[in-house]
Amino acid sequence: MSHHIIEATDLHFVYPDGTRALNGVSFRITHGESVAIVGANGAGKSTLLLHFNGCLMPTGGSLRVGDYPVTRETVGQIRRSVGVVFQDSDDQLFMPTVFDDVAFGPLNMGLPPDEVEKRVASALATVGSSHLAARPPYRLSEGEKKAVAIASVLSMAPAIMVMDEPSSNLDQHARRALINLLRTFEHTKVIATHDLDLAADLCERVIVLDEGSVAADDSVRNVFGNRDLLARCHLEMPLGMQRCPICSGGRSDAVDRSPGRE
Amino acid sequence: MSHHDTRTLGYLDRLSELDTPVHRTDSRAKLFTTLVFVVTVVSFGKYEISALIPFLLYPVVLAALGNLPLNYLAGRIAVVAPFAVLVAVFNPILDREPMLVLGGLRLSGGWVSFISIVLRFVLTVGAALILLATTGMNRVCHALEKMGVPRVFTGQLLFLYRYLFTLAEETVRMTRAISVRTAGRSNVPVRAYGSAAGHLLLRTLDRAQRVYAAMCCRGFDGHIRTMRTERIRSTDILFVSGWSALFVLMRLHNVPRILGRLFMEAIQ
Repeated sequence: MSHHIIEATDLHFVYPDGTRALNGVSFRITHGESVAIVGANGAGKSTLLLHFNGCLMPTGGSLRVGDYPVTRETVGQIRRSVGVVFQDSDDQLFMPTVFDDVAFGPLNMGLPPDEVEKRVASALATVGSSHLAARPPYRLSEGEKKAVAIASVLSMAPAIMVMDEPSSNLDQHARRALINLLRTFEHTKVIATHDLDLAADLCERVIVLDEGSVAADDSVRNVFGNRDLLARCHLEMPLGMQRCPICSGGRSDAVDRSPGRE
Repeated sequence: MSHHDTRTLGYLDRLSELDTPVHRTDSRAKLFTTLVFVVTVVSFGKYEISALIPFLLYPVVLAALGNLPLNYLAGRIAVVAPFAVLVAVFNPILDREPMLVLGGLRLSGGWVSFISIVLRFVLTVGAALILLATTGMNRVCHALEKMGVPRVFTGQLLFLYRYLFTLAEETVRMTRAISVRTAGRSNVPVRAYGSAAGHLLLRTLDRAQRVYAAMCCRGFDGHIRTMRTERIRSTDILFVSGWSALFVLMRLHNVPRILGRLFMEAIQ
């Protein structure tokens, strides 16, 4: 099923002010994978994510999403198959009510009103927010906003879910609820995050970006177990893998994942 | 500006979600009727007051049938009233010729035109607010598009409206940031506000771009789509024709004067 694949080949991107954000990034994400993109601030994570949906176009190299190369001509098809959840939910929720916001995507897809209604109901039910349908988005808590932002993408039934810092601004309870929710999704997932524990919880593969280049592309165990690599890329081992009985919550997988056990 | 203000801004959208006969009326019908209302009101001479008064009927009836809180509408009109007052404030100074005697009080032409401008302002802004509160900006833009206004214009109008929310939210954040660092001083240097205004503009632009990117990610192509599929019904035609006929009638005949004459004839 090639339509769930993201493939970057020597991808470059330079901002109009001359800042080189991506310098020859290459990888292939296949159907059903959950991949974390990690890196320090300014490493190029958000820039890379904005390419997956055609918000930014490569200035060099190529990017394929499913059957289409990312170009201005194919952006319509690509946006039907890739859903992006933005870091700040306030950027994503702008309609008068939660219902209208979740319906925004399906309406733009040209679906008939009864189908839109079904999709909205289903997406809100999936994220457990059916009771919020009539509420204005600006009156929701951060956790509720994040759930609604995810519903607004789910209603478009994308094959690939791309999330930028999904756990930012969330309290511990909301963060755990989000992780449990994302675990239930069978989509191809790409998550850019500073929350390495979330990445370790949800993803089986990690791509480390450093100054716009891929510093590592390997399994969670190999990447997060490599202290030298993490230090070089200004990252730290996830707390859950540091053998700390408090931070790991006493979970046995915290010990299993540690590099010493490999 | 506080969080309360941004919520008040969003309250107009909340009102547009009510379900009343006025809300259910086709957005094109309401838009067209409002345009006829505005054109008729502004077409009066600059010294006209009495003939304008019957036009209060339209906003009052719609606000009552649409379950709109009159104090909220009055508050919104009051917020923008200084602009109208600024336009009219020089009239009493420039035009001092006596024109009207009201119970011993002599009013100059300047004061009469001042009252006329303010009254027309209240009527037209009130009608526009009621249109928004019973229709919502999305449906108003959709109606404009259906009536042949170019998509580029309706899109800009919609973005301008949403930009107000973004601007208000950023203003709240920035004002809070300034206030927590003034250490209780009330005389914050004007220079600080000048710099803050510049930052505010840039931050709002950044944020507006992110909102636009999020919209594009969900298939926005400049075309406004709404859930409601509107079809002109007989009640909508009745709404437009009834109100328009009344406006024209009230424009051609000074209703208070006629009523006054009839009243005087009756008591004589």
